[in-house]
Formats: sequence, C-alpha cells, structure tokens
Amino acid sequence: MALLQIAEPGMSTDPHRHRLAVGIDLGTTNSLVATVRNGISVVINDEQGRALLPSVVRYRPEEAPQVGYAAQRAQSEDPYNTIVSVKRLMGRGLHDLADAGNLPYAFVDAPGMVQLKTACGIKSPVEVSAEILKRLRERAEHALGGEMVGAVITVPAYFDDAQRQATKDAAKLAGLNVLRLLNEPTAAAVAYGLDNAAEGIYAVYDLGGGTFDISILRLSQGIFEVLATNGDAALGGDDFDHRIYCWILEQSSLAPLSAQDTRLLLTKAREAKETLTEYPEVRITAVLSTGEMVDLLLTAQVFDALTASLVGKTLGPTRKALRDAGLTADQVKGVVMVGGATRMPQIQRTVAQYFKQEPLNNLDPDKVVALGAAIQANVLAGNRVADDWLLLDVIPLSLGIETMGGLVERIVPRNSTLPTARAQDFTTFKDGQTAMSFHVVQGERELVADCRSLAKFELRGIPPMAAGAARIRVTLQVDADGLLSVSAREESTGVEASVAVKPSYGLTDDDITRMLKDSYVHAKEDVHARALREAQVEGRRLVEATQAALAADGDALLSAAERADIAQGVSALAAALEGSDLAGLKRAVEKLNGMTVEFASRRMDASVRKALSGQRIEDVEC
Amino acid sequence: MSDYDFHKNHFELLGLPPRFHLDSARLDQAYREIQAQVHPDRVAHLGAVERRVSMQWATAANEAYQTLRDPLARARYLLHLRHVDTQEETNTAMPTAFLMEQMEYREAIAEAKASHDAHALERLEGQLKEKIVHHLAELERALDQAHDDAAAASLVRSLRFLNKIAAEIADALDALEQ
Repeated sequence: MALLQIAEPGMSTDPHRHRLAVGIDLGTTNSLVATVRNGISVVINDEQGRALLPSVVRYRPEEAPQVGYAAQRAQSEDPYNTIVSVKRLMGRGLHDLADAGNLPYAFVDAPGMVQLKTACGIKSPVEVSAEILKRLRERAEHALGGEMVGAVITVPAYFDDAQRQATKDAAKLAGLNVLRLLNEPTAAAVAYGLDNAAEGIYAVYDLGGGTFDISILRLSQGIFEVLATNGDAALGGDDFDHRIYCWILEQSSLAPLSAQDTRLLLTKAREAKETLTEYPEVRITAVLSTGEMVDLLLTAQVFDALTASLVGKTLGPTRKALRDAGLTADQVKGVVMVGGATRMPQIQRTVAQYFKQEPLNNLDPDKVVALGAAIQANVLAGNRVADDWLLLDVIPLSLGIETMGGLVERIVPRNSTLPTARAQDFTTFKDGQTAMSFHVVQGERELVADCRSLAKFELRGIPPMAAGAARIRVTLQVDADGLLSVSAREESTGVEASVAVKPSYGLTDDDITRMLKDSYVHAKEDVHARALREAQVEGRRLVEATQAALAADGDALLSAAERADIAQGVSALAAALEGSDLAGLKRAVEKLNGMTVEFASRRMDASVRKALSGQRIEDVEC
Repeated sequence: MSDYDFHKNHFELLGLPPRFHLDSARLDQAYREIQAQVHPDRVAHLGAVERRVSMQWATAANEAYQTLRDPLARARYLLHLRHVDTQEETNTAMPTAFLMEQMEYREAIAEAKASHDAHALERLEGQLKEKIVHHLAELERALDQAHDDAAAASLVRSLRFLNKIAAEIADALDALEQ
C-alpha cells in the first residue's frame, strides 16, 4: 500500500503559485527594477513614485551610504566620496581607464580591478554596485511583499568575462539570487518583440550612459536568436557630456578646476545635452567656487559638430555586427532604440540614415531593458506564461589561450551561441616537462598584450615524457550567463592532473565574506543568518523541484529502488530544513543533488526523444 | 553516473541522416526543438544538477548545429565519422594549377587594396563564391554518391584555402568601408 504524502508546513505544493522574480537594469547613469504583475511587466517605483534610481553612491564616515537622488545631489559638494558611473569601472584595471585622469576619485591600483578610496575606506566597484542593487532589492521586496525567487540582471552585450563576473559578484553581495545575466539589447528585444509579435531580422541599437551595444537578432516562431553582437564598452552618453564639458573649458579660460567644480560643470553639461534634445539651443550658466562665472550659449549645430565623431564611432561596430551575421543593412526589418542617449536627435538621424528607415521608439528607451528583464525573470523563475519563447544569445568576444611568442590561439570564436564549450590540445615543449602554465585571454587581437587577461593557471603532475608526446586538452566552457570556466587534463596517459585556476580578476569567496561582514556594520541581520536563509531557499527549491520531477516521471524513468532512494533523500532534506544547522542543511542538499544526477539525465534524454519523435518517423523513409 | 551521452554523434542528436546533403529547414527545426527542451533557461529555477545537465545538452546541441550547418565543417565531420583523416595540417601537396590560382587571387586582392577598389574586390568575391559553390557540389557527389572519401578529403583541403581567401576579401572590404 502506498504511503500518503503530507506536505511540510509552510512548504508550497502548488505548482501554480506565482513565484516572485524581478528584472534589474543596472545602468551607468540610472538603474531600475521591474516585475511581472498579472501578466504585465511593470517598473517598480520608489515611495515617491519615481521609476529611476540614479546609479550614484555616496560614502559617509560612520553612516550607511546614500544611494540614488540624495547621493546625486551631493556629488558636487562631495565628489571624492560620491561615486557616479561605477559601471565603467566594473572589471577594469587602472590602466584600462583612458579617462581616469578626468574622474575626481582617489583610485587605488589593485590587481585585476581598480578600487576607490572613500570616507568609508577602500571600496571595490563591486561593492559600490552592490549598494545600488541592495537598494533595488529592498524596493522590490517592499512592493512585492514576499520572498523573491531571484533576479535577472542585465549587462551590456559587449561586456567581457571580467565585467560579467564583477556584476554577478555584486548581485551576490547584495543578497540576490541571479537567475541569469541577460544582455541588455536582448532584454529590449524581448520587451519589444513580445509586445509587437515581431518576426524577421531586427537590430537593437543600445546607447546607454557608458556603453554602446548593437545586436542583430532573428525573431521567428517564438525564438529570439542573436546572430551577432558588437559594441564599445566605453562609449556612451557620458562621453557626450564630456565633449560639452571640454567645450565649456575651451570657451571660458578658467583657472585649474577643483574636483567640486569639475563635477558641477559635468552636471551642467549633462543638463545642456538633455535640453538640446528638445530645443535648438541652451544657455549654460554656473558660478564656480573660485567666484568665476560661466555663461555660454550652446547651439544644437555646435553640439552636433562636437559629437560627430562619437556618433560615427557607433557605426563601425554596427557594420561589423551585420557582417558577422552575414546580412546587409537593407535586410533589417526594424531598428529598436534603447538607452536614454538615443533620444539625441543626431543619433536618431544617423541611425535612420544608415538603416534607411525610421528607428522604432515606441517603448520608453529608459525602461525597455528592465521591462524585458522582468519578463524573462518571470519565466526563469518557473512561472507558466501564455506565450512560449526561447532566447539564444552569443558570446561577444572571442576566447583564446596564449601560445609561444605572446600570440593568441583563438578557441571560442565571438558570436558562438551559448552555452558553448571548445577544446584545444597542447603539448610539452621540453623532454620530461611535468607542468604547463596556461593564460586565458578574451578579445579579437592577435597579440596577448592587446587582449584582456582572464585567468592564469598551471597544470601539474604531467608524467615525464619526450617533448611533444604529452597531449593536454584544455576545455573552455562558457555558460548561458557568458561566464567562463576552464579545465585541463593530460589525455595520452589517461592521468588527470589537477588544475588550480587563479583568477586575475573577480572575487574569491573569502573576499565576498569579508565584504559582507563590512557591509553588516550598518545592517540588522548577520552573515550567518543570511547564509542560512539562502541555503533554506535553495533547499526548499530543490525539494519542490524533485517532488515535481518524481510526480511527472518517477514511474516511467526510475526503478522502485531508485525512486525510494530519492524519496528518502527528499525526506532527509525536508527534515534538515526544519532546523538551523547550516552545515547539515548543505550536506543534505549536496546528497540529494548527487542522487538525482542520473534521473535528471534520463529526463532530459526523454524530453529530447519526445521532441524529435515526429522527425524520427521520417528517418525511416530516408 | 551518466550525464550527457557524448558518444551520440551530431546527426543522431539532431535526428538527421548522416550524409552531406542537408535539408537546412529540417536542421533548423530539429535544433530549435531540442533547445526548447534542454536550454538552461528552462531549468534556471531548478537545482544545480538539472542546471548542469541542461548546460551539457545545450552545449552539445549548439556544437552539433554549428558543425552541420557549415558545409565545410559538415564534410570534415562526416569524414571523421568514416575514420578518414582530412590531413589539413599535414598534406599541403596541392595541384600546381590550384596553387597558381591562389597566388593570382592574392595578387588581385593586394592590388585592389592598394588602389582602394571596392568594386574589384566585390567582383573577386563573386567569382570565388561561384567556385566555392562548384566545389560543394563536387563534395556532395564524392561523399553521398561516389563514396570516394579520398577525393572528398582533397576537396575539403581545397575549400579550406578558398574560404581563407574569401575571409581575406571580406577583411579587405571591411577595411575599405572604414
């Protein structure tokens, strides 16, 4: 006789229960959070009804950091401690920042990623971004009033591995479960495409505050397939502000500026740029701390001339993306405009001219990315939706390994559909060589020095052999978030040697723990409580998913003994979820995970077989 | 413990007959149907095991699709399944006429580049495309009808050269546009 199952108290057995998830657009200038409510994607406003959260963080001694409008207001008076456009610093070393000299920060050159000296000590761009994400998380939790399953965080399509990793680390630090890192143009395409039932080739032209992306997509039968993407991770609306700022300095011979005055004039420049979107000219006035006056008239014509080269810089990547996609501009059915900077009339004109059609502006360029991210988050959280769609995205930049003479051996070509894995065999250079060191880089250039260094690692314990006899297979795996993992093994002897990957960027788990501890100085909960809560969320998710899988396929795909084993693992985990023993809970999760590998494989295999069954019949005829 | 079964070949995974001639609409359809089942987005809310298994399957589906979609890669893969080494790195003994032709192409590209003549490059591109199409037709005959694997391997080696020249022309055109 079958035993009757009784659900754990507080544990949902209802598969139709709506799981709360959000989409977050972590922008250079502004950030937003959105969610799907009653089937419609909506931006979550703050208590004052504002959708945007300025991506500005101000550190104050002995106080919690200010984030958003309050911090933005303080940026001229407290420029060293008020961090704006932190996104431009993510995953970047000091030598990567061409304009570091123009920024009013006290930079600390740290290995991998630059850091900032503030009134609250040295902060990494990851920590600064985490403050913004934390604020958005609180806003969402407050508005949704429930436990959040996770978030989709958007990143520029042209972000490399270091920048993506930094973003994911920031989300982790902010206590968010990242369902996916989603490329911004792809998120916009989801919001646009689902709204308009679009089919055909579309280009998404995304000029944000600090980054430019162009993605070419094919929309067909519910599949959003990115064919190619390109861009410039250091080109955006900020650069247009900066051109105006330089023009102001040229026009009004001023004494060397203080950090405060620099920030003031940059703010005036941004306001002037925004005004020129609507009006043919703008008056720029300011009184500096030295008592000097600025009073200038900037016309749209002069602004166009000042920024023509910046606008032109977006066309190179556009051409390259089209070429990589094997398409020409006239095959593009529509161009979706994304990012506040696309409001500038010269951008609209240039895009219209290049694609010989009026670009599509029917969704708010500031919100479309967050709205699309929320739609995707809703699906990734496991909620059922009416339309079914699938996103197939690509890696923006090639991955390679350094070979003799500082050259790059390209292994994963750019625009490969994700997830992807590529292997390459290497051999020893000297007789009896027992170790090899590898250097993984990302970029399109031939020389290692011109590409971004991602990781260096050593493979030890290679059995001594003649030079050229060992066969070391290095595999680069890139997951659906565009994040890389590397493995290496010696094949000819079957001996698997160990690999220690030493990241030249990114944070170790120790770093995250330390940063978490730092941040709890001003927070109510403690590190252990949070770790336990996170493990409980994961444990509950696993129990729920395993029960659903057993109910659906347990009879068909498992023997009675296998089924009993897994059911026992589920009970053990459910019991561990009752207590507060973190280590025990983690062990129970681990154990159930181990038990379900075979089951998961069989389920996947069965679903593929079923999907292809229509075709298999045809095969018989061939 | 079995994760994704890596012994399955690309044709089996996509449910297609193992031959050079390809119904590309059917390939696209099969690929889409598989990804709709196995893509990591389908299991993002599930546990680590499902996510890993899904990544392996989706990776395999992408590799199979990329390989079969590209004619040169497909031919190479078919020969690999038939245990024929295409000797692309080792066998560089090409017929003299073919090598002469290569040199002529290279000279023409260099000349067009020097004189910034995009039309000349486009003309070359057109000629080359025709030649590639012709080679592919021969490749299909060798692989699917004549089952002459040695001839097919030789065609694969020639096509590799032709593709390289096509890429050079594309790069030259790219450089001219900027």
